[in-house]
Amino acid sequence: MHRWLAPAAGFAVLVLALAALEWAASVGWVSPFLTPPPSEIAAAGWRMAAEEPLASAFFSTLGVVLAATVAAAVMGIPAGWAMYRFPLLGNAYENWVAALFSAPLILLYPLFLVLFGRGPLTIGMIGFLSGVIPVILKTYEGFTAVPVVLVNVARSFNLPESALLRKVLLPAALPTVFTGLRLCFIYTTINVVGLEYLVDVGGLGFMVGLMYDRYDIPAMYAAVTFVLLISMLGFSAAERLERRWGRGA
Amino acid sequence: MAEYGRDCRAQPFMTSGHGSAQASAVLTAEGIGKRFGSGATAVTAIDEVTLSVKQGELISVIGPSGCGKSTLFNIIGGLITDYEGEVRIDGRRVSGCHPDIGMVFQEESTFPWRTALENVEFPLEVRGLPAAERRQRAQQFLGLVGLTEFADRYPGELSGGMKARTAIARTLAAHPKILLMDEPFGALDEQTRLLLGDRLSQIHRELGQTTLLITHSITEAVHLSDRVVVMSYRPGRIKRVVDVDLPRPRSSEIIESEQFGHLVASIWHDLREEASRGLAADEASRRSS
Ligand SMILES: Nc1ncnc2c1ncn2[C@@H]1O[C@H](COP(=O)(O)OP(=O)(O)O)[C@@H](O)[C@H]1O
Ligand SMILES: [Mg+2]
Repeated sequence: MHRWLAPAAGFAVLVLALAALEWAASVGWVSPFLTPPPSEIAAAGWRMAAEEPLASAFFSTLGVVLAATVAAAVMGIPAGWAMYRFPLLGNAYENWVAALFSAPLILLYPLFLVLFGRGPLTIGMIGFLSGVIPVILKTYEGFTAVPVVLVNVARSFNLPESALLRKVLLPAALPTVFTGLRLCFIYTTINVVGLEYLVDVGGLGFMVGLMYDRYDIPAMYAAVTFVLLISMLGFSAAERLERRWGRGA
Repeated sequence: MAEYGRDCRAQPFMTSGHGSAQASAVLTAEGIGKRFGSGATAVTAIDEVTLSVKQGELISVIGPSGCGKSTLFNIIGGLITDYEGEVRIDGRRVSGCHPDIGMVFQEESTFPWRTALENVEFPLEVRGLPAAERRQRAQQFLGLVGLTEFADRYPGELSGGMKARTAIARTLAAHPKILLMDEPFGALDEQTRLLLGDRLSQIHRELGQTTLLITHSITEAVHLSDRVVVMSYRPGRIKRVVDVDLPRPRSSEIIESEQFGHLVASIWHDLREEASRGLAADEASRRSS
């Protein structure tokens, strides 16, 4: 019973908001041109889903986002660990990485265009770069914040130094590492979809732009909804992974 | 060896040599000293601490905050390896973490990603025991500290006292010959401590482990110990050793007895001066920083 209360409440608010929007559009409170009623958006989504381009756009964006996120995790987690393990690296690079975090990496686009061509690889690289930074920073933070006493407990039981990472450091740092992975997913999605929109290289971002250019506003909102679907998928995946790995390590 | 002249009471357990009396001591710390830092800012945390604990004995070390109790704990436990003096188990010098010594830490030390039971299984996992045996033994020790019902809870769902007991069960599960505890109930309220003290007393009676208990509570020290070692503040030295000749088995009700009151008063008499020095030093350091 209780377990379902929060999701049910969330869903109810969503339905209410959609109903309110529908009603506001039908009585002319909001311009149906700017905010079409949800029923029209749904119809447009259905229409587009039947056509080939939307499905392929969805999977193309999802694929690029996933590839970039996985690459960011695979490279960022060891990098963050190395900064912790070798304090020289950590001290030397923490501020640099943090500075990069606030740098507009999109400015690298022209360079990547030359290097990787106009396509998903360039977009994926920008997505990867913007995502790997929070992974590095949060992994480093997670390891640095592991209470010394937990390491001491392991030592007092003569846990071999080689098992310390797997048995103590990693599980202790994992919640913070997952915060980094969530941030990574957010930044990657924003950058990938944003670039798709800006430079017309396909994917959902491109779709949004295309529908906008055609003044097919309901279809544009439908494409935006599919972007939201991607971020919802990402978040529920992160939650599942964390529950699976976080406990029983 | 140690300078005897400084304070004749400071070398309470010294026997006249390395003779037979020492052979019965399971744990011996001799002439332990430790300085942190160097130059003008160096702090001598402890100095010339010598004590020994006999088989099955429970000894408390008491002293004001900052007098070097945890430093002594880490040295005997083998986590601090550069120090002066010697730690011996059964007369043999040891260095580093020794499997005969089990440590219970002052800070909250359960692994938050493991259930209470999995926490207690940890040392058994390290030793490579088969899963079924591990589980069974962990359950047995969780039962010993009264947490059978909470085996599948994560530390986040347990109270402070339950976490402290989980940590104790985890250390006991490793079957150490010597138990070192650094203010295991330090963060708990007085009433809970007294009740957990009863539990500890009972466990000590059942397992008979040689125990060194570090505490800042006079009541706890007198309630649980055979002897109480009173430490001085900066440098941490042994100021006096008090024999607690209260009858055993004891329960926390013993605090009502007149003899208990005398012992507490006598320890406080010695500790008071040290505690006020500690307080003054702490205030001074805060003023200057
Ligand atoms: N790693 C360390 N580096 C520098 N000083 C330390 C360190 N550990 C302890 N000290 C100092 O040694 C003294 C004794 O500390 P500690 O053993 O923790 O005392 P207690 O456990 O009795 O409160 C304190 O003054 C503390 O500041
Ligand atoms: Mg301490």
